[in-house]
Amino acid sequence: MNWLTNLIRPRIRSLVEPKDVPDNLWQKCAGCEGMLFHRDLLENMNVCYHCGHHLRISVKDRLEMMFDNGAYDKIDLPDVPHDPLKFKDRRKYADRIKDSRAKTGLKDAITIAKGTMGGIPVVIAAFNFSFMGGSMGAAVGEAILKAAEEAVKSRAALITVPASGGARMQEGMLSLVQMPRSIIAVEMVKDAGLPYVVLLTDPTTGGVSASFAMVGDIHIAEPGSMIGFAGRRVIEETVRETLPDDFQTAEYLLEHGIVDMVVKRQELKDTITNVLSMLMKKPQPEKKAKNGNGNGKKSGKGGNPKTNGKAPPASGEKASIDMEKDVQAARALGQVKAAQKAARRISKPPQKSAAKKASNS
Amino acid sequence: MSLEFEKPILELEGKIAELRHVTSDNRVNIASEITRMQAKADKLLVQTYGKLTPAQKVQVARHQERPHFLDYINYIIEDFTPLAGDRNFAEDHALIGGLGRFKGEPCVIIGHEKGHDTESRVYHNFGMARPEGYRKSQRLMKMAQQFQLPVITLVDTAGAYPGVGAEERGQSEAIAKSIETCLRTEVPIISVIIGEGGSGGAIAIAVADRIYMLEHSIYSVISPEGCASILWRNGAHAEEAATALKLTAQDLHRLGIIDDIIDEPIGGAHRRKEETMENVSRQIEKALNELIPWDRSSLIQNRRSKFIAQGRNL
Repeated sequence: MNWLTNLIRPRIRSLVEPKDVPDNLWQKCAGCEGMLFHRDLLENMNVCYHCGHHLRISVKDRLEMMFDNGAYDKIDLPDVPHDPLKFKDRRKYADRIKDSRAKTGLKDAITIAKGTMGGIPVVIAAFNFSFMGGSMGAAVGEAILKAAEEAVKSRAALITVPASGGARMQEGMLSLVQMPRSIIAVEMVKDAGLPYVVLLTDPTTGGVSASFAMVGDIHIAEPGSMIGFAGRRVIEETVRETLPDDFQTAEYLLEHGIVDMVVKRQELKDTITNVLSMLMKKPQPEKKAKNGNGNGKKSGKGGNPKTNGKAPPASGEKASIDMEKDVQAARALGQVKAAQKAARRISKPPQKSAAKKASNS
Repeated sequence: MSLEFEKPILELEGKIAELRHVTSDNRVNIASEITRMQAKADKLLVQTYGKLTPAQKVQVARHQERPHFLDYINYIIEDFTPLAGDRNFAEDHALIGGLGRFKGEPCVIIGHEKGHDTESRVYHNFGMARPEGYRKSQRLMKMAQQFQLPVITLVDTAGAYPGVGAEERGQSEAIAKSIETCLRTEVPIISVIIGEGGSGGAIAIAVADRIYMLEHSIYSVISPEGCASILWRNGAHAEEAATALKLTAQDLHRLGIIDDIIDEPIGGAHRRKEETMENVSRQIEKALNELIPWDRSSLIQNRRSKFIAQGRNL
């Protein structure tokens, strides 16, 4: 029967499973409407090479981009009771799950894996938004607990990468209790003295943002990500006013002190590795991250905004004003050196995205 | 405010009242008629409340006459001393907390207040707390730990407030940290869902050693209306959503989400407030007597294990 399993099954699978090749070789950027060729886009980590807009990225690509040489060990998701409420809206929840599994080839909305980043052991729990909107039910909560246990066991840092609309309604209260359950997972990691980093990606809202995603030692967000508690529409209906365009964006959260930094996808690995190495008192990592699958190559294709390796200020204008104050304060204190340093920061041209925003307003 | 499904009962009660009025006026003896009708009304009440649908329970849980947080404070807490503010930005009137004595013993008590008339409802923002409320709650829990006072939380909210300011000041972070604080607080925490347990805004203060629900209260990940408008794409399906969400005390007890159900008087808490509050008080006392002797670390460990176990054996 070997030929059946070895030969026929993979063929059938290849027919059924989602293919890596995109249907369209070209797609339009949601940020600037520029045309993007799939291969160039992939090389640029799914970041638009015209305007820097961060497109969503699959879990597989995410993990390959984060782990050293793109290599990692996937950890099986623990089994959880299946559809305990026997929930049915216009469709059965059980059927929705089946469809999502067939569509994504994943068991649920999260993937957990372990490996190293810059040689530092890490466990990553990354959400897949295309699986029922990345919603958090028992399977996801259980997976985060498992990831935390794994981190504690192997003295690894825990990194979560939420991309989720929130709790999975179809599991009722059993999904709401994943908020405390996922925070318990984080507590286990913190108790063990290990760092917990949250990489907030587009979108992170509702019960996910109001639980494990907001209790990190470090909060890093991808540019342009939508991060918030209540949905934009709900807020608009409640307050009956139009909200600013940048409302609930990563940059807006940075301005309001909720995330530590907004970091471009190309620099994420270096930034996280560097932070972890300091928190875990590991040797300073090499500056350039190595990516095994070639995805990590910095293509440098047209108009890739230059970066200084630090989180860009959300608004160039406001940042300069703040820095102006810094300079004055420093001068007043006679700290000439600090003043010079601050002045140097100002003289740097504002970020492209920030400049664009300023001209719009 | 009267509930649609209570109308037959209310009509009957209206008639009885009228008859009583007539009796006192004309001294006509129709006492037996009154007794008969009263018995009928009572029977109807028992029947109706004995088989409330989830959607009807949603209405009862939101009933304006239901005892609210401040009613409990007045009735079961002595020397209540409200403590205001998160020490950072503002005082939140939707989530009230402070020191008080429960059965003579000092405690920290925290809960949502919805208000009882238009003016107070606006003042309390309809029981929908902003980040400051959840940060105040964290502050009070930390204080409870410092002075080894048990914490009682009474939950009654449609949810955390969805507003621009709330988002700007980190509603998500405030709720997440509030849950984290509940998990870390090394004193007994007792939570009672007294009306509406609305999503993250409710669980933020309901991660406790003992979690109880009043018989006709609800606790849900999303309002049935919200769920219907998302999953059915039509808010009119709220009734179906209420059933599907399994948000009643009975369902949640079966699912192991809550520890016990506190009885309401026949006809719901809004008919006999004091009896309801008495029942709640008795249950809290029982739980505290049980938990007070526990040492700090086993409290925390048990609280964690309790939540870790949730949903695992269904």
